[in-house]
Amino acid sequence: MEKSPDQHIIEEVTSGEYKHGFVTDIETEVIPRGLSEEVVRLISAKKEEPEWLLEFRLKAFRYWQTLETPTWAHLNIPEIDYQDIIYYAAPKTESDENQEEIDPELLKTFDKLGIPLEERDRLLHGGTAVDAVMDSVSVKTTYKENLAELGIIFCSISEAVKEHPDLVRQYLGSVVPYRDNYFAALNCAVFSDGSFVYIPKGVRCPMELSTYFRINAVNTGQFERTLIVADDDSYVSYLEGCTAPIRDKSQLHAAIVEIVVNERAEVKYSTVQNWYPGDKNGKGGIYNFVSKRCLCKGYRSKVSWTQVETGSAITWKYPSCVLQGDESVGEFYSVAVTNNHQQADTGTKMIHLGRNTKSTIVSKGISAGKSQNSYRGLVRVASSADNARNHSQCDSLLMGDACGAHTFPYIDINNNTAMVEHEATTSKINEEQLFYCQQRGISTEEAVGLIVNGYAKEVLNKLPMEFAVEAQKLLSVSLEGSVG
Amino acid sequence: MKAQETYSNLFKNYREVLRLSAARALDGARDTAFARFEALGLPTGKNEDYRYCDLLPALEVDYGLNLFRMGIPAHPGEVFRCDVPTLSTRLFFVVNDLYYPNKKPIELPEGVVFGSLNEQLKAHPECLERYYNALCSQSQDAMAALNTAMVQDGFVLYIPAGVQVEQPLQLVQMFQGDIDIMATRRLLVVLEEGASAQLIVCDHAMSTAKYFSNQVSEIFLGKGARLEYYEMEMTHDKVTRVSNTYISQAADSDLLMNNIGLENGLTRNNVELIFQEAGAKADLSGLSLLSRQQLSDNHVVVNHKAGGCNSNQTFKYVMDGAARGVFGGKVLVQPGAQQTVALQSNANLCTSKEARMHAMPQLEIYADDVTCSHGSATGQIDENALFYMRQRGLSEEEARMFLKFAFAGDIVERISLKPLQARVRMLIGKRFRGELSKCAECNICP
Repeated sequence: MEKSPDQHIIEEVTSGEYKHGFVTDIETEVIPRGLSEEVVRLISAKKEEPEWLLEFRLKAFRYWQTLETPTWAHLNIPEIDYQDIIYYAAPKTESDENQEEIDPELLKTFDKLGIPLEERDRLLHGGTAVDAVMDSVSVKTTYKENLAELGIIFCSISEAVKEHPDLVRQYLGSVVPYRDNYFAALNCAVFSDGSFVYIPKGVRCPMELSTYFRINAVNTGQFERTLIVADDDSYVSYLEGCTAPIRDKSQLHAAIVEIVVNERAEVKYSTVQNWYPGDKNGKGGIYNFVSKRCLCKGYRSKVSWTQVETGSAITWKYPSCVLQGDESVGEFYSVAVTNNHQQADTGTKMIHLGRNTKSTIVSKGISAGKSQNSYRGLVRVASSADNARNHSQCDSLLMGDACGAHTFPYIDINNNTAMVEHEATTSKINEEQLFYCQQRGISTEEAVGLIVNGYAKEVLNKLPMEFAVEAQKLLSVSLEGSVG
Repeated sequence: MKAQETYSNLFKNYREVLRLSAARALDGARDTAFARFEALGLPTGKNEDYRYCDLLPALEVDYGLNLFRMGIPAHPGEVFRCDVPTLSTRLFFVVNDLYYPNKKPIELPEGVVFGSLNEQLKAHPECLERYYNALCSQSQDAMAALNTAMVQDGFVLYIPAGVQVEQPLQLVQMFQGDIDIMATRRLLVVLEEGASAQLIVCDHAMSTAKYFSNQVSEIFLGKGARLEYYEMEMTHDKVTRVSNTYISQAADSDLLMNNIGLENGLTRNNVELIFQEAGAKADLSGLSLLSRQQLSDNHVVVNHKAGGCNSNQTFKYVMDGAARGVFGGKVLVQPGAQQTVALQSNANLCTSKEARMHAMPQLEIYADDVTCSHGSATGQIDENALFYMRQRGLSEEEARMFLKFAFAGDIVERISLKPLQARVRMLIGKRFRGELSKCAECNICP
């Protein structure tokens, strides 16, 4: 059968190369495969953790053992052998004694990914402080000192456990407890590294804070943990990026992000998730099972989640907001792109507890190839949440007749003063728009790029500048011209 | 689980009695259905589809099985007065779970089979057996399986190809008796190619005992067939109604379905519709008016198996007191079902502090050339509109009633039978004024 130009374009897109699939050749210290109480103790010992944290891990591990893999998501998850995973892998630096020196190989790796670890000219590099995490350890956190002058704590969570034990102890597990879900319990037991951010009262963080996650070692899982605490009247914008090498075998990534926002504080959390999605036959790729939640604790606190999900073989991710403080605001903006055999089940939860709380959900799904893309969300208005407002909009764009786009919203209203609206549409690219562009001499491929970017604009606009450019490029790379 | 055991034992103990006088098709389907019921177990809150609809308290009542006809004081046709004025319908009666033949013979076009499901299955096995349980047997609902295992009678309407039944048909299902009763009700509606009909089914309860109705309706629309199907519930707080409706539509068939709940206790409506061939159209709508502790749970699945079909769902709820509304709607577009148009809308009005609403509007789409959308909104009465009306001298109570009435209006407008529409409008007005404790003009309700 003669292939239509459209099919050619789809093929072109699906054969698009994953840009970050290289492997860094660096010596890595790993522990034996498998998961047991000994492994949990070993990880804790390697990180020289205090007794209470080990207890926390063990409690979580024992609880995890009683659980079964959740099956409710619209995902086909191949059975995961938890005994075949390495739970701790640390790149060995040449001079273990001198922590200040970073292996040049690592520097090169992050440079290649576009993440400078040297504190060069701030203006030149967008003024972003980075915590770079490779496999199970944080490699380097930049601009730490500059930030410390303002009282901001930005460091790896392992360091925070040592340096600021009281803060960590107070907040760790307070938003996502270890009993929350299967993958959260697993993370609590074996979490390795991640970032810790504390913004003191009244401080506006002058630069974007960012964590870059890189999986490098083979057969490992990454279980990072991020904790952000914004004290009264503070503000921070936080970015998260992630990539992994191309491998035939799938790797597990089960992270937890906890955010606590106090009175009148605001946290903006942006993610560009670009884990290796597997090849076009669905081989390999990262299983991305993430629990992210924000507690808007104080009066007029605000959180804004923005995510661009393009990678991962399987995504299971629901960044949520618990709107506890009166007049607190939760926002969720998401673009999820799936191609080939990728599966995504992603969305959010907005739990309204305080009075006059507001939430907005904008979710744009784009599915192509043989992928399945689901939005799953919950809006709950508790009986205490007078005058709660929510608006949700979930649109899906389908490219090709072998993919699927699904919407599973749950709406629970327990207070009559609530105003909750949900709307969703599913369609393919508007033929008329496409025709209009083509008439004006724009190639099909470019036209689709334009339309998709326009479709996702509402979300992309919410991203910080540097990230928006990257996200736009990502969208173009994965979908330009992919019309079915 | 105690209730589970009760029903299992009930079936096992009376298996042989159920065999007596049952039609071949009825009895033949029992054992498989019972095995499925046992495998599935009674639905509990752990069952995703029943998470907001706890049937257990209603199921734990020991109803027994109504194995023999319970005498009723008079023929329902003589005491029943709530037919629709200015609309002359053909009336049929199911009391508890048995069909009561009319005293005067009813004339319908030639070839139309109607009346007792059990009797007609015996009389016309050639045209009815292939339809009975054909859709229900595919279902994964335990209550539907329980129905198939225990059903003794029900109502059947079979319209052969090309026959148009002009006069609306009305099936009155009532509960009667001073003891707690479980009724296993069954409806089979078949419209062959090009046939058309209008069917009104209304549920009533004649005394204040605890009643449990477990109903299964199977509706088959042949090529180009057209059915208008209205369901109405006017019972009371102690009635539990579980209804599973399965619909299969062939090419170019057209269905208008409207479910109006005026008074009820706990109601669970499952509707599963399959578009088997292209060109079919379905318009499903529902309105639930709920007060006190009442609960109404509508679960609708529209399965676009074939492309080129058009479905539209509109469900509305008005709640006061501590009432709960649940809406679960799913549009499923199968791979290859291109050119599907599926719309779904759900709007809910909570007018009291304790009212609760749970909505789960879902889309599951496996084809790209489709237009699918859904919307769900929950809120309260618009203060501005209320203020506007108060300014013009309406009392707050009256203004609120008007606004609720207007909110319910667009579901009522979907009723294409004008006299019925006027009647329903009147009943809704009465309901909002709190005057509807019984069906108007009916003498037998307490």
